[in-house]
Amino acid sequence: MSDKKIARLILEDGTVFKGFSFGAETSVSGEVVFNTAMTGYPESLTDPSYRGQILVITYPLVGNYGVPATTFENGLLKYFESDRIHVKGLVISDYSWEYSHWNAVESLAEWLRANNVPGIYGVDTRQITKIIREKGVMLGKLAVEGTPEPEAFVDPNLTNLVAEVSTRQVETYGNGPLKIVLVDCGCKYNIIRSLIARGATVTRVPWDYDFTTLDYDGVMLSNGPGDPQQCGITIAHIKKAMELGKPIFGICLGNQLLSIAAGGTTFKLKYGHRSHNQPALMVGTNRAVITSQNHGYAVNTDTLESDWEPYFINLNDGTSEGIRHKSKPFFSVQFHPEASSGPVDTEFLFDDFIRAIKTHLNR
Amino acid sequence: MQTKIEKVILLGSGALKIGEAGEFDYSGSQALKALKEEGVYTILINPNIATIQTSEGIADKVYFLPVTPEYVEQVIVKERPQGILLAFGGQTALNCGVQLYRSGVLEKYNVQVLGTPVQAIIDTEDREKFVEKLDEIGVKTIKSEAVTSVAEAKRVAHELGYPVIIRAAYTLGGLGSGFCDNDDELDTLASKAFTYSPQILVEKSLKGWKEVEYEVVRDRFDNCITVCNMENFDPLGIHTGESIVVAPSQTLTNAEYHKLRRLAIRIIRHIGIVGECNVQYALDPDSEDYRVIEVNARLSRSSALASKATGYPLAFVAAKLGLGYGLHQLKNSVTKSTTACFEPALDYIVCKIPRWDLGKFKGVSRELGSSMKSVGEVMAIGRNFEEVIQKGLRMIGQGMHGFVANKEFAEVDIDKALSHPTDKRIFMIAHALKQGYTLERIHELTHIDLWFLEKLANIIRIEAELERYDDIARVPAELILEAKQRGFSDFQLARTLSHHTDPNQIEADMLAIRRHRKQLGITPVVKQIDTLAAEYPAQTNYLYLTYNGTEHDIDFARDNRSVVVLGSGAYRIGSSVEFDWCSVSAIKTIRAQGLRSVMINYNPETVSTDYDMCDRLYFDELTLERVLDITDLEAPRGVIVSTGGQIPNNLAMRLQHEQVPILGTSAENIDRAEDRHKFSAMLDEIGVDQPRWRELTTMDDIYRFVDEVGFPVLIRPSYVLSGAAMNVVSNRDELEHFLTLATNVSKQYPVVVTEFIENAKEIEIDAVAKDGEVLIYAISEHVEFAGVHSGDATMVFPPQKMYVETMRRIKKISREVARMLQISGPFNMQLMAKNNDIKVIECNLRASRSFPFVSKVLKVNFIDIATRVMLGVDPQVPHKSAFELDYVGIKAPQFSFSRLQKADPVLGVEMASTGEVGCLGEDFHEAILKAMLSVGYTIPKKNILLSTGDSRSKMDMLSAAKALQEKGYNLFATRGTAQFLEQNGVHATVLHWPDQAEQPNTLDYIKEKKIDLVVNIPKNLSKTELNNDYTIRRSAIDFNIPLLTNARLASAFITAFCRMKPGDIRIKSWNEY
Repeated sequence: MSDKKIARLILEDGTVFKGFSFGAETSVSGEVVFNTAMTGYPESLTDPSYRGQILVITYPLVGNYGVPATTFENGLLKYFESDRIHVKGLVISDYSWEYSHWNAVESLAEWLRANNVPGIYGVDTRQITKIIREKGVMLGKLAVEGTPEPEAFVDPNLTNLVAEVSTRQVETYGNGPLKIVLVDCGCKYNIIRSLIARGATVTRVPWDYDFTTLDYDGVMLSNGPGDPQQCGITIAHIKKAMELGKPIFGICLGNQLLSIAAGGTTFKLKYGHRSHNQPALMVGTNRAVITSQNHGYAVNTDTLESDWEPYFINLNDGTSEGIRHKSKPFFSVQFHPEASSGPVDTEFLFDDFIRAIKTHLNR
Repeated sequence: MQTKIEKVILLGSGALKIGEAGEFDYSGSQALKALKEEGVYTILINPNIATIQTSEGIADKVYFLPVTPEYVEQVIVKERPQGILLAFGGQTALNCGVQLYRSGVLEKYNVQVLGTPVQAIIDTEDREKFVEKLDEIGVKTIKSEAVTSVAEAKRVAHELGYPVIIRAAYTLGGLGSGFCDNDDELDTLASKAFTYSPQILVEKSLKGWKEVEYEVVRDRFDNCITVCNMENFDPLGIHTGESIVVAPSQTLTNAEYHKLRRLAIRIIRHIGIVGECNVQYALDPDSEDYRVIEVNARLSRSSALASKATGYPLAFVAAKLGLGYGLHQLKNSVTKSTTACFEPALDYIVCKIPRWDLGKFKGVSRELGSSMKSVGEVMAIGRNFEEVIQKGLRMIGQGMHGFVANKEFAEVDIDKALSHPTDKRIFMIAHALKQGYTLERIHELTHIDLWFLEKLANIIRIEAELERYDDIARVPAELILEAKQRGFSDFQLARTLSHHTDPNQIEADMLAIRRHRKQLGITPVVKQIDTLAAEYPAQTNYLYLTYNGTEHDIDFARDNRSVVVLGSGAYRIGSSVEFDWCSVSAIKTIRAQGLRSVMINYNPETVSTDYDMCDRLYFDELTLERVLDITDLEAPRGVIVSTGGQIPNNLAMRLQHEQVPILGTSAENIDRAEDRHKFSAMLDEIGVDQPRWRELTTMDDIYRFVDEVGFPVLIRPSYVLSGAAMNVVSNRDELEHFLTLATNVSKQYPVVVTEFIENAKEIEIDAVAKDGEVLIYAISEHVEFAGVHSGDATMVFPPQKMYVETMRRIKKISREVARMLQISGPFNMQLMAKNNDIKVIECNLRASRSFPFVSKVLKVNFIDIATRVMLGVDPQVPHKSAFELDYVGIKAPQFSFSRLQKADPVLGVEMASTGEVGCLGEDFHEAILKAMLSVGYTIPKKNILLSTGDSRSKMDMLSAAKALQEKGYNLFATRGTAQFLEQNGVHATVLHWPDQAEQPNTLDYIKEKKIDLVVNIPKNLSKTELNNDYTIRRSAIDFNIPLLTNARLASAFITAFCRMKPGDIRIKSWNEY
């Protein structure tokens, strides 16, 4: 065990939690959010949707199985969701200095340090979660002893986070017969893996790229961080794509962008949905699914154009979990069918998307 | 919805036994609650009278009848229900349901099986079908082959290569299962397994793989959730019921977790479960390779644990799904706002630890394996592994104080103790760590994942840091906090700092440490279990305490309205569901008085730990320290210590010392009854007799005392080296043998010697008093003579063969005792009577094991009255007397010897039964027949083996033997018994003793199952060496032949079935009596 170094989590409302540092010795500011998942920190920490956020993991024991190797498969890191850690800082209750897993090559602490991300343990994560639940997400600072505390609370949603995490150039993965454009607003690798596995060649383009100029069979709108209103140019491209009529599938931020393009609006949830256990019901059916989620904004479907309809709703709070076009092959979901981390119950949506592409091609 | 279901039968699990215990009281009660909410009329068949589910107000009708096809069919004929629930009564209910389905009874009476279809159950129960079924969807199972002969088993074992595991189909919790390393072991085990099942499975052993379980739920719309996953601390090879288990899994990555989760859902869909099932996996520790071990298509021990671990009421939801609901149509019972269609997110870790009682059995093998031996379990909740394992090890109540600071081990072969797991292995790990074993070495020997071992090593590290100090005042506050956060109790701190062995000194140190740390502000916080990791607020108070936090989740009104009930802890031999019934009854009364009911208990198999039974449930330790932590916060009006058995009773004085108000009888008076010397002095004062006894410290004194009272005598050592704590010795040899080999006599460890009166009647009185005045009482008699532990005795209420004079004297003695001890609340006294000469054996100023039995037979809830007394409100005692009853209640014990390999199945002064039933009948014969059939006896078809012990019991058995002859039974007997019978005009064929070469031989007859009932009465009172009688008894158990070992009980049972025809048994529900 290393020497204990004090770290503090300072919330915007003035609450201060004192714990110990286990990551990089640096101090940061960001938006404090909580996730109630019990597994999957290597996946979550590399999820670009966490850009700018200080993540509180409510499950108290973290680091147990270490961090896997940087093995590549199909041009992608096999065990991670992007090429680096995106969370600003990590807040947990109990850190396992010693890890145990056949797949691990380093500890969580080592990995955080290598990515210059601070971590704090030994704080009451349940208390923090309850504060956020009652008061809503708030800004915070994670200050490690011996490093200067950031002066101001920084709101990441005021910057274009999507631009920060999106790919800079067009990249291609896989070599299947179906040509899918992936609009990368901060995409998780597993979206790409899920498409490749179903026979696609995926062309990953920057968030602001006019993909309608490309030769493609379907469009995949990825997940991503922050406020969807920052992505006006993407929305414009989506509107153009809708006119072309080829299948469109959106996930998370992709769902919000498609919804805005279809006449909907978005709003910020009090404390978001970040967990592996969000129940969604396919509207008009008795089919309920358990989904993995990570979003702070939600869609208001009231103003959707008349040829659109709700697809899924959240069974806990009734918020929209997806929309679909009544006649065209356009649909999107707020949750993560690619999972990783989380339950894989809604993978079938990728099959639906591929089927829609094939149907469209065979018209 | 399906056809309108208005009336439903639910099958219970009968008496508690190893592998099928209190968890089914919880499951059944939840299911009945769910049905009731839907307005369904519910009928429960369960002879377990001590359960909560068989209490008033849970089911609409209760039948205390055997859960067997014969009796269930008769209830169906009488009640004509539309539906039946099979998944809530363990393997007993499931097997019974499958038989009713196969025999066409369900179809004949148009009874619909609610929930999982029977075919799906059959598909999971028959191993071959099960493997086929999973092959269809490409899910890997353990490579195995079903065989029907020992020779075939051997062939398969050679193909697979040893080690192999053998499993018998259709059995409870792995009965008849085990590992074999070679042909010899296979021969033995396979032939035994075939006595349980015509089909056994031989499979490749995956010893050392991780064992992981998922609890999966599916509704009729095909929606599925996994409510919880669990990981065994002990890798594959130890039955999951014998393993330390954590939830959620700790060493699985997201990919592994969800791979197994996805498979679980695929399996439940393919099999077609509607409701709940449990999927057990083996997971390769070095890859993502896996095998499915088994699927339980019913609520199980694991599902009860999962319900408590997560707060998700699996049985309740499963019952609703059985009625046709979808998951999304049900609400989360904790938040009351979100849906039941979700998967709980935990923000804590739980640890289950089994409770064994192997010390109670002579000759039993202590090694753990693929079949279950534990009698109960505990669940600890906390926010790191060190905290929960230490809490849990205290909770199991076997004198351990956590992982460290325990009694040192004698010289042992550590390597062997680690690689051949017993009930003590976890402590062996502590010992090994201190002896300098590396984690890698321990891992090699145990295959326990290094993650767990690292955490255990962390406890050792903290202990070592503490050992540098000898005074709490010098220990840095950070270290005290760290120790508390890692689960150290004040006791552990006291012992680690002071190295005292004097318990009084440690107690004083412990309280000093408590004061010191409170001054430093080091106190635990109360956290809620809310199913959603604080994402939504909880509407229920399901609570635990932890030092890993800074804020309480709840407020403390300190308004003098809280009444705390201390629960009964882990089920063990001598304390099980009956005390849960008492605790739950107390809570109900407290609630009914408009007070805040606060429950403390940590047993996941109970109803008392169901968060909607009380206003606040502290799922936490019943130690002085933890109870004080809670009373400090709650500032209760008082604490009830008399409804949870011996654990709370023992806390009474210590709580009072800390100024905690005890409700009911004062702590001093509880102590006066508990302290042998004080109690004796009091009895002398009121002129009440008791068997002569003396506390002695030298062998000479013992000899002198024995000369005075004569043999036999009962010996209770205060220090036990091995084996049972109590023993009866009949002669000087036995006395010396016991006192030199098994125990120690010295000034420090005195021995209590009591005269043992033979052939005396044993009588119990259960009563409630107020300010020393008896308000209500129930006197019962034992069928067996005194000397059989009261928990193993067959009890009759109201008594059928007792002198009025005896009865009157007992009443008088009870009144005197109640007055002397100023009893306010429940109490129980055991007495013996011989020729109207009455002696008091013992007196407990608390509820006893028989309170639910007498309460239900009399239809007066004694605990309700007792609780009212303790709360100081009008006790509302009904004017009801046992003399008015025109029926008889009989409570009979359930034994689990078949699970306890090598244990001698005899009755003695140490309790051995794991459960009990209580049945009602119009007369003694009907009641005893129902009770005996309910604990697994069958009416023999034709052949009975008698071996009836000494001349006294031979006489006792004579009229029964004559009755058997008249009924046309073929009697077989060992030589002496046969001679005696012939002399008295009863013919019996002689079978030779097991160690004789001659034919016909007892052993062959038993092995070949030519005998339908074995009566073997031990010749003397002590449990002596392995001998012929032992071999007969043990073989009867191993070959699944009903066995009776007490002459009076055997005689009563035989007389009953000779006099009555099966059709004479009346199918009457409780309320029809």
